[in-house]
Amino acid sequence: MGEAMSPYHRPMATTWWLTNRAYFLFMVRELTSVFIAAYLILFLLMLYKLAMGREAYEAYLHFLASPGMVVVHVVMLAAALFHTVTWFNLTPMAMRVRFGERSVPPLIVVGGTYAAWIAASIAMTSIVLWWK
Amino acid sequence: MPAATMTLEIFRYRGEQDPTPVFQTYDVPYREDWVVLDAINYIKDEIDGTLSYRWSCRMGVCGSCGMMINGVPKLSCATFLKDYYPAPVRIEPLAHFPVERDLVIVLDDFMEKLTSIKPWIIREQEQPLSEGEYRQSPAELDRYKQFSMCINCMLCYSACPVYGMDNRFLGPAATALAQRYSMDSRDQGRSERQQIVAGDEGIWECTLVGECTVVCPAHVDPAGAIQQAKVSSTIDWFKSVLWPWGKR
Amino acid sequence: MARSNDPFWWALFAVGGVVAAFLVPVHIVLTGIAGPAGWLRGSFEYHRVLALVSHPISRLYLFVLISLPLFHWAHRFRFSLVDLGVKGGRGLVAVACYGSAIVGTILTAVVLMKL
Repeated sequence: MGEAMSPYHRPMATTWWLTNRAYFLFMVRELTSVFIAAYLILFLLMLYKLAMGREAYEAYLHFLASPGMVVVHVVMLAAALFHTVTWFNLTPMAMRVRFGERSVPPLIVVGGTYAAWIAASIAMTSIVLWWK
Repeated sequence: MPAATMTLEIFRYRGEQDPTPVFQTYDVPYREDWVVLDAINYIKDEIDGTLSYRWSCRMGVCGSCGMMINGVPKLSCATFLKDYYPAPVRIEPLAHFPVERDLVIVLDDFMEKLTSIKPWIIREQEQPLSEGEYRQSPAELDRYKQFSMCINCMLCYSACPVYGMDNRFLGPAATALAQRYSMDSRDQGRSERQQIVAGDEGIWECTLVGECTVVCPAHVDPAGAIQQAKVSSTIDWFKSVLWPWGKR
Repeated sequence: MARSNDPFWWALFAVGGVVAAFLVPVHIVLTGIAGPAGWLRGSFEYHRVLALVSHPISRLYLFVLISLPLFHWAHRFRFSLVDLGVKGGRGLVAVACYGSAIVGTILTAVVLMKL
């Protein structure tokens, strides 16, 4: 028998996340946070323009109405929705909701979260539309 | 009528002969009820006795026969040829581990990690014999039972890109095992395990890719174990910061 | 047992993720699509919007809405960079990410106080 041979190492490529669908969707999920942050910067900018006066605000609204910016928002919306869906679907994994001694079935937990999301969205829309 | 055959491309590494691995192609008989392990055993018995690999129970309970099958970590005894036939099947050693020889990986790191989280019931005080056995209700058992089902097959480590990038990461199975004990009503050792579980290379490195849970053949849900550990460790942390004099 | 600070950043990431999941989609639709497309009629009129966001509860809401998801982004992006092979995950990258979220939070507070 000769000397011990050294084990063979297979280093992982930094493109590992392109090698299969699950990894790719994971990376997409993680990067949704960039789009969400980008939107919130634009939102903060709108609040800033609001503080700067009517002219600045209306010029900004005009900018938001340009086709390019609407497309950007559609992309950001898609990212935000992907975040929402993946986040809600993972909730049962992070915590087991207990009702006394028994566990609440995951489907009910997730369903409840979606219902709350729809309720919150309707509430916010109502405020924006009808607050006096 | 000629018997049906199937092609297997198998990773070969024999460091004493060649420092570079190669893929060797074998044609095996195709049988509908065969699993990949049957095909590999056929190769070893009839074609090439030099092929090295691990296996034991051939029924999915021992965790020995994990391999990358067409790039996915699987138990070779639980993977049917008919799900790939007639396309060729590529077989490699489990990803993210050094290769000892052919399909045999070096699993020292895994064993070390399992031991590091003290996988046994830790008591501050052992209950005296006169008090009888430790009693546990079905609800108490339910809290950790899923995490006790691990067969140590390491498929989860092969699926985990975080471990693949940095093998200092504690990893799915070790964390699930730590949770199995820390959530056992008989155990009092959670704070001992937390030093590793919630330490630098513990749960905080996990980015919830979730593939560990997907590939687990025993339905342990290690990703869930890690996420639950993050929640409980965070609550601990805030408690220790907000009222440091409190006993945990 | 406050060994590492990871739980603190993770907590912000988790709460920020909840805020983002529940509230960001509807806001994108309102300010980015429905509003500019004119579907909301006079809802976005200057004085009305100014009055709406100036309310103390609104300011608190807006602060939470903007700041927490920024911390969610910071933590997630930091680890994305690590996953993509960028070094410095516990050093420069962490400082840059959390630092940006802190700056964003401060700017948000400044703007909200100006309103």
